[in-house]
Amino acid sequence: MSNIPGELKYLSSHEWVRLESDGVTATIGITDHAQDLLGDVVFVELPELEAELAAGDEAGVVESVKAASDIFAPISGVVIAINEDLEESPEVVNSDPYDDGWFFKVKISDAEELNTLLDAEAYTEACAADDH
Amino acid sequence: MPFIPHTDQDIQKMLDVIGVSAIDDLFDEIPKHLRAKSLDKVPEGLSEMDMMRLMSERAQQDAGALCFIGAGAYEHHVPAAVWDVATRGEFMTAYTPYQAEASQGTLQLIYEYQSMMCQLTAMDVSNASLYDGASGLAESVLMAIRANRKSKSRKVLVASGVHPLYEKTVNSIVANQEITLDSVALGSDFRVDQQALQAFEGQDYAALVISQPNFYGSIEDVNALTDWAHAQGMLVIAVVNPTALALLVPPGEWGDTGADIVVGEGQPLGLPLASGGPYFGFICCTNKLVRQMPGRIIGRTVDLDGKEGFTLTLQAREQHIRRSKATSNICTNQGLAVTAATIYMTLLGYEGLSRVASASHANTKALAEKLTSIDGVELLSNGPFFHEFVMSVPGSARDVLEGLAEYSILGGVALSDLVEGADTQAVLVCATEVKTSNDLDVYASALSAVLASKGSV
Amino acid sequence: MLIFEKGAEGRFATAQAPKVMSSVADLPPEMLRQTRAGLPEVSELQAVRHFTNLSRKNFSIDTQFYPLGSCTMKYNPRGAHKAASLPGFLGRHPLAPESHSQGYLACVYDLQNILKEVTGMAGVSLTPMAGAQGEFAGVAMIKAYHEAREDFARTEIIVPEAAHGTNPATAVMCGYKVVEIPVKADGDVDVDALKSAVGPQTAGIMMTNPSTCGVFERQVEEISKTVHDAGGLLYYDGANLNAILGKVRPGDMGFDVLHMNLHKTFATPHGGGGPGSGPVAVGERLLPYLPTPIVGMQEEQGETRYHWIDDDALPNSIGRLSAFMGNAGIILRAYIYATLLGRDGLHRVGEFSTLNSNYMASLMAKAGFELAYPERRATHEFIITLNKQAKELNVTAMDFAKRLLDYGYHAPTTYFPLLVPECFLIEPTETESIDELEGFVEAMIAIQAEAETSAEMVKGAPYTQPVKRLDDVKAARELDVSFQRNSA
Repeated sequence: MSNIPGELKYLSSHEWVRLESDGVTATIGITDHAQDLLGDVVFVELPELEAELAAGDEAGVVESVKAASDIFAPISGVVIAINEDLEESPEVVNSDPYDDGWFFKVKISDAEELNTLLDAEAYTEACAADDH
Repeated sequence: MPFIPHTDQDIQKMLDVIGVSAIDDLFDEIPKHLRAKSLDKVPEGLSEMDMMRLMSERAQQDAGALCFIGAGAYEHHVPAAVWDVATRGEFMTAYTPYQAEASQGTLQLIYEYQSMMCQLTAMDVSNASLYDGASGLAESVLMAIRANRKSKSRKVLVASGVHPLYEKTVNSIVANQEITLDSVALGSDFRVDQQALQAFEGQDYAALVISQPNFYGSIEDVNALTDWAHAQGMLVIAVVNPTALALLVPPGEWGDTGADIVVGEGQPLGLPLASGGPYFGFICCTNKLVRQMPGRIIGRTVDLDGKEGFTLTLQAREQHIRRSKATSNICTNQGLAVTAATIYMTLLGYEGLSRVASASHANTKALAEKLTSIDGVELLSNGPFFHEFVMSVPGSARDVLEGLAEYSILGGVALSDLVEGADTQAVLVCATEVKTSNDLDVYASALSAVLASKGSV
Repeated sequence: MLIFEKGAEGRFATAQAPKVMSSVADLPPEMLRQTRAGLPEVSELQAVRHFTNLSRKNFSIDTQFYPLGSCTMKYNPRGAHKAASLPGFLGRHPLAPESHSQGYLACVYDLQNILKEVTGMAGVSLTPMAGAQGEFAGVAMIKAYHEAREDFARTEIIVPEAAHGTNPATAVMCGYKVVEIPVKADGDVDVDALKSAVGPQTAGIMMTNPSTCGVFERQVEEISKTVHDAGGLLYYDGANLNAILGKVRPGDMGFDVLHMNLHKTFATPHGGGGPGSGPVAVGERLLPYLPTPIVGMQEEQGETRYHWIDDDALPNSIGRLSAFMGNAGIILRAYIYATLLGRDGLHRVGEFSTLNSNYMASLMAKAGFELAYPERRATHEFIITLNKQAKELNVTAMDFAKRLLDYGYHAPTTYFPLLVPECFLIEPTETESIDELEGFVEAMIAIQAEAETSAEMVKGAPYTQPVKRLDDVKAARELDVSFQRNSA
């Protein structure tokens, strides 16, 4: 079973969100389960800095050799940082999806939206349902 | 039964194993009333011998003329080895190289082709080819619109020296995506009118399309055009003739930073005129744009033992994975045409290609001099040209060309046949390295004769 | 070794270029190239030997059984190639006047008529240069039709989930939104889902029949009625036309527009990935929108004259799709193929491709392989699933595919359609003899035995090819797509 940290929020499309300690910054990446499904990640396309994203917007693409998936913004906000290291080392998404393999950070516009996301338990169920 | 190997015994054995009594039973899931009757309008089959007779007669009908038409398809000498090797069954009857281990021949050849195109154009990346130059330009326009993130524009500016049939093709392909093309007017020297260009200063376009040489054979000031477009935030799409690249500054070196996308018709690289195809379109770009590139790309890698090998790469851009979000719906390339072009470029090398280009240029200049020394024939291309020029003939260009055709000379194309509103007396003429000095004289004397007989009417 | 690593500076095939460099002193010096392009520098023999040796690293129809599903890898008659390569055809300039083109135009005209007859449609244009371009032309005509009726509400194209990836990609290129509908467990389209998907927003549906599941869509008439009643049109993807050639015609099934792949059904060579040719055929309603140019014919005083029909004669055409007229040489080869087969031969194509496929499917089932649709009749192709082998032996469809190469057979199409796990889509074609079909099945039985006793060995295959399995991840991460002389 893949690693699904309890403190994060999730989308059923396999993005995770971490609310940082400042209460307004959210970090976004893809889950361990997602990187496992994709296989070796070879490229990540990230949103542009200062892009304004609404929850559900396409924010990027992650590619493996045989598949490509859109990355959706789990939460609305302005992009304030992108993980430029992924350009040179996309394999970090496979080896460390929740820390060094983060994708981008947004300054969130509505913290309430976090409550609409899945918690670890609900996401675990969603993954199990997918396996059928 | 032509090409079907089954004996009666084979058929019976197969039906027994399947458990049906007749072949027709295998179609029992198709509703009866939908079943086709005989194909009456299709003729009876011919033996290979009878077919060869028929086709030889038809081919003969179209043979024998001396051709001075260019306009996007050029007659060059094709070394015998090119098609002898390219039509080996292992190249000609292979499929797209999906099983890389069993397709290393095609894969390595395409990698070599990509490398040669990068060398010729001075660009970073080439794909494995597109259908032809015109549809390649359409793909380039779509690519530029995806790639130009600074501009949200769905408009592309086209210098009117671009082939008019390319413009038509681009329009048919991109119009459904709400993309529009605007044209910069042509100057009287058949090159981009700088003043007309200035009128677009400050407007938002995703790209500028520049043709070098342009449709009229003229050599454009591509450095100035490229720098102007980049200053406007436009990408530069270069449409080039690959033979000319052996003489002219390659697009990767245009202006201060070079063109962004380079596209063109590959036919001059060893493909016969053949009624317009199969040819192939080439497309190259900078490293920065590689993920916006449509079509197949081959990469070099290693196998399990660390041995060099070649494989399809960046497939996640393509339709079989990305489906509705693919960069294009294109599946294949023009594999066999590319095989021939790769062998052609190998045989000629840079030295040989430069000689072909310079000889074509010299022949065209010589022809222009001979023809325009005839009374009433004037050279309209008053700037530098590569291997095509525009001349004006007395009366209607169409009539004069028809007259020449009776002498078995295809003397060029009437501009007004291809360009709306063009001068009806203007003819676009081409002479490549295959024409001898005698061929040029034959054309000149036929033209004199045609004009004289018209004058006498 | 790459061609760039052979040869020597200053060497080239001197016989192949003009003897001397001509003067270009009249051209503006700032426009002249200053840097030499790094093309190969080899002799003619070195070039011939290099590329001949490369060719020997390919599988091909001429050398191996190549049962790629959905690709119709049948024998490509040499006669068609030879006749299409006659000097009169190769030398004809695409803009040559009609007076010097009657031979070529006659062939085009005749093929247009043959294709009309075998598809049951009213008009044909041969200009699309590949299947994908034919699809584009077909959907663009559907769009032009609705727009001409000022019906701008139709923004969706329906595609069954088993469809080729080109279908949704094409719909998007034409500015449509794609709606996917499910396929049922028996391989037929879920008509209830279709009924709830159609409406005034439906521009049309794109279908392949026989479908990519290798079975004939039995409810095609109901699908046709459902879509037509909603005001949409039906597009037929001709990828699998070989299965039904001479047996049932798309026009009779209710389709309004279709494309054919001449490189599949009409036996023109695949060329290692093209050139192909993807003509479109339409019913009466779409005739005004056909892409140009087309060839017409007139009889005058007993004399037959062929002529071009271009945009000026067909003002509502979706326009031109290539600079000239598509892949003319492929069109010729297809015409010659049809001429050799004639009406009886074309009938036999559907019959014997279906016989071969059903025979192989029966042999495979008897040998214990699992058919994906065992209760259905196979068409010209069929699907097996190696899901059990993948789960129980950890030997996947990919491993079987690679091991087949060692047995001298090209692998079938793998992992398509996506909805059947670990699948092979197998299409033997009508030109293969019973011996080849049996040989392939025997190889599969042998690999099954190997998988049961030495799975690791199978997973390391192939062993007999020029290379072993390639590192695709390295290829994508460390992109090397062009040889750099200096860095090598």
